[in-house]
Amino acid sequence: MKQYLLSIYQPDGAPPPTVDLERIMRDVGALQAEMQAANAWVFGGGLHEASIATVLRPSGGDVLVVDGPFVEGKEHLGGFTVVRAADLDAALEWGRKLARATTLPIEVRPFRH
Amino acid sequence: MAASPSGVPPEAIARLFTRESARAIAILTRLSGDLDLAEDAVQEAFAEALAHWPSTGLPPSPVGWILTTAKRKLVDRVRRESTRESREAQAMHLHALLRADDPPPEEGGVDDDRLRLIFTCCHPALALHVRVALTLRLLGGLTTAEVARAFLVSEATMAQRLARAKRKIRDAGIPYRVPEASELPGRIDGVLVVVYLVFNEGYTASAGDGLVRGDLCGEAVRLGRLLRLLLPEEPEVTGLLALMLLIDSRRDTRTSAEGDLVLLADQDRTRWHAALIAEGHALVRECLRLNRPGPYQLQAAIQAVHAEAPSAARTDWRQILRLYDQLLACQPSPVVALNRAVALAEVEGPAAALAVVDALPLAGFHVFHAVRADLLRRLGRTADAALAYDAAAAATGNEAERAFLRRSCRILFAAPGPHLTGAVTTVP
Repeated sequence: MKQYLLSIYQPDGAPPPTVDLERIMRDVGALQAEMQAANAWVFGGGLHEASIATVLRPSGGDVLVVDGPFVEGKEHLGGFTVVRAADLDAALEWGRKLARATTLPIEVRPFRH
Repeated sequence: MAASPSGVPPEAIARLFTRESARAIAILTRLSGDLDLAEDAVQEAFAEALAHWPSTGLPPSPVGWILTTAKRKLVDRVRRESTRESREAQAMHLHALLRADDPPPEEGGVDDDRLRLIFTCCHPALALHVRVALTLRLLGGLTTAEVARAFLVSEATMAQRLARAKRKIRDAGIPYRVPEASELPGRIDGVLVVVYLVFNEGYTASAGDGLVRGDLCGEAVRLGRLLRLLLPEEPEVTGLLALMLLIDSRRDTRTSAEGDLVLLADQDRTRWHAALIAEGHALVRECLRLNRPGPYQLQAAIQAVHAEAPSAARTDWRQILRLYDQLLACQPSPVVALNRAVALAEVEGPAAALAVVDALPLAGFHVFHAVRADLLRRLGRTADAALAYDAAAAATGNEAERAFLRRSCRILFAAPGPHLTGAVTTVP
């Protein structure tokens, strides 16, 4: 079985009022239960907003500490799930369900091992 | 190497490669699970054939020889590249697998291996241009240099594109299997769009001097036939093959001896290929019997109406308009609406058609301007027509089309003008 990272890309800032957060949380929770029941769920979770991230950069022999996300942008990684799947089609199927549940774009990327 | 009297000319081996490499690659991919290894092994087997057959002559079963040799190359490669501990075990395992595999299916027979390979090459996780390149290379048996030429990029660029695609197939785990029935229709669409893109690129080269690159059309038709052989129950597969055959039946009349574009209405219909038309018609009838219409089948039916007309003037435009209405219903795109407008002009007149055309958001598409130009010309609005021809000529990347549009513009001012009707009914 291969493992795939399903990354959730989220616009920065508070979601617009049209977004039904309660429903999204319920759908995502149900999907995680489904993944676990199928023995596909490895690990995952939602993240705090990117603006409170801290970046560490090697510089010479030292490591610099920088306040803020690694890349400035309008969207950042908002959460992720790692799934076990037989092949890309199976991983894409989980990704599709996650996209529907979160209403957000999902990047599916295979682990090297 | 000089060929002895019993020897095989290298061109014959190249033809065999074009015809048979896909099957060998498909079988080896199934057995090894690695497309890249399979492709290399088949390539090496053909290289060996090229080195020996010109002097030794053909072996009793050339296809079987290629497959056996490729299997040996594959095992050798795995043995060479595996780590020391696992090397023998892996090679033994593969060797056993390869030996257990049945002899290759009869030529022309249905085989699932190539079908799997098609769905792998046309996986939706690959960009469309990547799918096209992979399909031509692995299923069409074109060399990397030929694929590069077809898409006007350097061989190095194409080699890189293909290598990246194969890496993605391996590393992302794009499966090597036929999709399940529930996902099949969507996945077939993804395959058909690749084949039709190849055909269209051959039919109206999107850039360059010649209007038709027949080799690509022929390749697309060959892929279309293969798909129909493998998926005989899918009406859209049959529809696409019919569509390509009917359009291809006019290839000899579509350009003049000087290489200039000749419109459908002005083509010498006695020089259309009757055999291709007959085959296309039979396929369209088969689609009608299946009664599960789709965009390719409807476009094929439209082409069949053109092919049936004894002359441009005696074309059944009402029937064509009805078919376009159906096509627009299942594929509501501005390009379909533009093609429908051409039929509308014949049924209801140029003014009605122009009203439809002017509302379409297609200002960047040269055919849009060409259709407008023709409608304006027929309405006697010569100055507006000239401007539209200019816009069309500026928007096309094909020299033969540009020359035609410039010529049409000049002729505008010297009656009687050419009849542009039907010019675009073959544009997808």
